[in-house]
Amino acid sequence: MEKVIVIGNGMVGYKFCEKLRAKASKEEISLTVYGEEPLPAYDRVHLSEYFESQSEDKLLMAPRAWYEENDVTLKTSQLITNIDRSTKTISTHTGESESYDYLVLATGSSAMVPPIKGVDKKGVFVYRTIEDLDQIIEYSRNVKTGAVLGGGLLGLEAAKALMDLNLETKVIEFAPKLMPRQLDEAGSNMLKSKIESLGIEILLNKNTKEIHGNGKLDQLEFTDGTSLETEMLVISCGIVSRDELAKTCGLETGTRGGFIVNEQMQTNDPAIYAIGEAANYNGMVYGLVAPGYDMAETVVDQLTGDQTKQFSGADMSTKLKLIGVDVGSFGDALGQTEGAIPIAFEDKNSGVYKRINLSPDKKKLLGGILVGDAKDYSMLLQIAQNGMAVPPNPEDLILGARGAGGGNTMMDLPNSAQICSCENVTKADIVSCIKDDGVTDLKQVRTCTKAGTGCGACSPMVADIFGATLKSMGQVVRKTLCAHFDYTRQELYSLIKIKEIKSFNELLNQYGSGDGCETCKPAVASLLASIWNDQILKQDTIQDTNDRFLANIQKGGSYSVVPRIPGGEITPDKLIVIGQVAKKYDLYTKITGGQRIDLFGARLNDLPKIWRELIDAGMESGHAYGKSLRTVKSCVGSTWCRYGLHDSVSFAIEIENRYKGLRSPHKLKGAVSGCRRECAEAQGKDFGLIATEAGYNLYVCGNGGANPQHAKLLAGDIDEKTAIKYIDRFLMFYIRTAEPLNRTAVWLNKLEGGIDYLKEVVVNDCLGLGEELEKDMQALIAAYHCEWKAAIENEDMKKKFSHFANSEDDDPTLEFVPMREMKKPADWD
Amino acid sequence: MSDTISYKTVTREEVNIWFEACAVSDFPSDGGLNISYQGLQIAVFNFTRRNEWFATQNLCPHKKQMILSRGMIGSDGNEPKVACPFHKKTFSLKTGENLNGDECAIATYPVKVENSKVYVGFA
Repeated sequence: MEKVIVIGNGMVGYKFCEKLRAKASKEEISLTVYGEEPLPAYDRVHLSEYFESQSEDKLLMAPRAWYEENDVTLKTSQLITNIDRSTKTISTHTGESESYDYLVLATGSSAMVPPIKGVDKKGVFVYRTIEDLDQIIEYSRNVKTGAVLGGGLLGLEAAKALMDLNLETKVIEFAPKLMPRQLDEAGSNMLKSKIESLGIEILLNKNTKEIHGNGKLDQLEFTDGTSLETEMLVISCGIVSRDELAKTCGLETGTRGGFIVNEQMQTNDPAIYAIGEAANYNGMVYGLVAPGYDMAETVVDQLTGDQTKQFSGADMSTKLKLIGVDVGSFGDALGQTEGAIPIAFEDKNSGVYKRINLSPDKKKLLGGILVGDAKDYSMLLQIAQNGMAVPPNPEDLILGARGAGGGNTMMDLPNSAQICSCENVTKADIVSCIKDDGVTDLKQVRTCTKAGTGCGACSPMVADIFGATLKSMGQVVRKTLCAHFDYTRQELYSLIKIKEIKSFNELLNQYGSGDGCETCKPAVASLLASIWNDQILKQDTIQDTNDRFLANIQKGGSYSVVPRIPGGEITPDKLIVIGQVAKKYDLYTKITGGQRIDLFGARLNDLPKIWRELIDAGMESGHAYGKSLRTVKSCVGSTWCRYGLHDSVSFAIEIENRYKGLRSPHKLKGAVSGCRRECAEAQGKDFGLIATEAGYNLYVCGNGGANPQHAKLLAGDIDEKTAIKYIDRFLMFYIRTAEPLNRTAVWLNKLEGGIDYLKEVVVNDCLGLGEELEKDMQALIAAYHCEWKAAIENEDMKKKFSHFANSEDDDPTLEFVPMREMKKPADWD
Repeated sequence: MSDTISYKTVTREEVNIWFEACAVSDFPSDGGLNISYQGLQIAVFNFTRRNEWFATQNLCPHKKQMILSRGMIGSDGNEPKVACPFHKKTFSLKTGENLNGDECAIATYPVKVENSKVYVGFA
């Protein structure tokens, strides 16, 4: 057993303990952590919230009990005063000593106090610890004015705190702008005017010469001859690493402080690591928490893992809410790369400033600044970090698609984008047919361009381009279902639900006209199924052919059969049955992308017989034919995999069984990965879960297909119960509001407010719909039935599965040819 | 596949044989069935909403598939139509004309209903 001692119980020190314990038990590594403050580690990033709640518990990273439960020996109010490297021993200010095999220095930093005359006067504070805050609160009771020295991130946080204490607050910054490392002048100006509108005055270009006052301060004198009356001063000018222990044992430190470390976070003594703000890597001390966590992970990997992880510096990108103003700054925010091309947007009316910096060849996004509206932060950060290509009109990145709603819409596509691959129709062809030929009807667009007349997969895209183009011409477009219903899908959803409509004809009689068509019938069929989950074969002729025959039609008119294999787990017995059925009915077998087995070439007449055998063997419909839940793919997870954090297969099976049979505007796919290696490709699914040490990260709205899109993080580190609750809400919200045949990715792109809004709805329940959505989902789950079981048990339904109504014969024109010991349909045309 | 068999529209006046296809009760409402007649496959549609019956060739001319009886029926304006399940090509049930304007027309046949039996007329 090895013995690890951590010096410092701040956020990074705590995170190190958490990560280490996730990988090593007390039998493998004993772990002791020393903290100099009386409290266990707390969240310093959200220190200003302490002014509102004044509750220490709310800020704690974990309660004391956590340390006990996880076999971490926590010693608070203990200052380490000496390290003896020769005997591998540390000693404390009370004279105790303890030996170690490995030492982790997570001593953090202290506030930098500039050497200004009078800085030791009463009423001058730093903003760093809860004790500092307690003193500030206490002192503020007797004063009316306060000032903050420093206009960086932390300084503005401190200013918010003083404002919350009802002080008349001013911020003093040495530089000519706020947040000089993150913002340019225009961004700073926008932030300044927004903060000033809240009643905080900001003084720039002020170099403080002296702090005046008799015992306690009452005035600041600046080098430009001006002065400021204030009763209180909070200093927030940056940090200095707490590296004083270096002197006791000869560890190397940087010129600006911090223990010098290599890629493994080792100091010049290989048994001593330094992490967080105490570490100096490559001449940099990182004052953000994320790089600190990354360093902690690196050391944990060194002590327990395959020792492959290296720290290679960190991105200083940051997004936060400062005094109610969203601010984001990422990558090369100030455009310091040689030849960088800036694009900026400034709206003083609504207080928004956005800037992006492009590479000299205009192909890559280097970085940028967002003030007042940072909702695009994540997307832009992704584009910058992954070196993704920027669109041909890069200004779209900050202006959005003008005239076509929010998000990445079809109008963001370049004119040359191929929309219909069957007929090789570009976006420009469609736009020109509308603009130049004056076509005003979607059907005419199809006739005129041929787009969507082949396989039809692009029809929703064509409709979107049509709508967006008309809108850009100033014409109003309501996305009504078709000529027979002057309602949107969402409106019909509400009508069906409120009026308790159960059949297509009922709806058509009350709210539509004509006889319906191949567009509105399946759309309404899907709505009815999504609301009532009744047997779809009761109204078989409004279903698309796949749903009508509960199988996927293939070339030649034969069908394919997919039994459900939840989570991709299947017993040898069931595999044998599938093989036997395939042999008996001469079916071509193929493994699908969703971890199941597809049996092709079934004759319509044989479908009920095939299903009788599969159902007798304990299988049920896989709904591969429906716009419905397909599969929840899984990796093998912690049961077998040496990297697995959780049992992803069991969770995938639970989720697949929960949502099986759920019908939706388009097909739904899910996945669960047991660790962040992501073997189940959860980020390419409509909903995907990736195991983390603390639970699961839930991603939504990804898909492959014609326009692949990565899923976006909806909630992080949640437990299984919460994950299911959020998926329930997310799926029902999608089912309620999406347009027909829009997958979740397309739906999200059109959703005003995008993923941030979706988080508000699902996680924060801003619409107050949460419970209702969960209840709706519960009702659908309760109504689940295997459609094939129902079909083969009902003689009338079974009868529908025959090619001829007046003969038992199979279709004589059905023709197969041999291929690799199996068969395939004869080619068409 | 079935290019050897040709389908030809039959008008009510041309009918020589009224072939008894099946019973009305065999049909779904607002949907079709496929019947076999001397090597021909004929899609017969029970358009309940309009209280009308139609019959066409079962073969979709686009990819030569025996499929139209499984198609969804509906209307375009006042024109009754059927949509092929494969690629949603639509055809008038009255005239057989392709309503997308890019395929050749399909053959249509007259239908009559007597004593709850459905008959298709052939020449």
